Amino acid sequence: MLDLTYSLTFYLMAIIAVASALGVIFLRDVFRSALCLILLFMTVAGIYVMLHADFLAVVQILVYVGAISILIIVAIMLTRDARQGQPMGKIKWIAGPVALALIAVIAWGVLNTPFEVATAAPQEETVKPLGNLLFGNPGYLLTTEIAAVLLLSAILGAIAVIREK
Amino acid sequence: MFTVGLMHFLILSAALFAIGLFGVITQRNVIKVIMCLEIMLNAVNIALIAFSQAVAPTSLTGQVFAIFVMVVAAAEVAVGIAIVFSIYRNRESVDMENFNILKW
Repeated sequence: MLDLTYSLTFYLMAIIAVASALGVIFLRDVFRSALCLILLFMTVAGIYVMLHADFLAVVQILVYVGAISILIIVAIMLTRDARQGQPMGKIKWIAGPVALALIAVIAWGVLNTPFEVATAAPQEETVKPLGNLLFGNPGYLLTTEIAAVLLLSAILGAIAVIREK
Repeated sequence: MFTVGLMHFLILSAALFAIGLFGVITQRNVIKVIMCLEIMLNAVNIALIAFSQAVAPTSLTGQVFAIFVMVVAAAEVAVGIAIVFSIYRNRESVDMENFNILKW
């Protein structure tokens, strides 16, 4: 019964995710596709919860739904005269088969690879182990510092690019 | 077949990645291209976390990788939208067809 609920939840999430991703591309109004993108971000957060990644689900809501979507909506509002999307060019007749072939190849690879699925139970609570991994000694402390420098330089770069002369 | 496992999450991730790729290639509005890039990064994160949970559930390396992908995505969006604004100020357009300043 629990398994059935899990599967149904997954299929519901997957259908909403794929539908809203298609909506991002095929809706003409850029603002509506931004709203579809926010729906997609929230569904992805739900999928993280299904994968026992509770901290990442919260981070997904905070960073993507909270920050990145606002940035994109502000960008749409500041470039308002081009709100109606232009029709796609002829390249869609090449890009469509390429994307379908990509799905087919990945699905073929996934279905034919015997992954060694572990049977151990996933960790109930991930915040503390993640903190230990990010800041602990046998962990990713240097990478975390580099990520901090990357964020700072990205902010400075964005300000430098956008500043009026 | 209908019990959800690693395979289902990976195929969902592949589908989202391919949709994002299609959008990046075909869209002509730069902001839509940035949105499709975000879809692709999210698809990669789903695959990383699914592998982390299914293959090595006791170590959280895949989740750490996903966190770093999110950091890079945030930096990419900030810089990308700044570049879009500064080109928009010169060109009064967000159409990819007009973004040929670097073309010789």
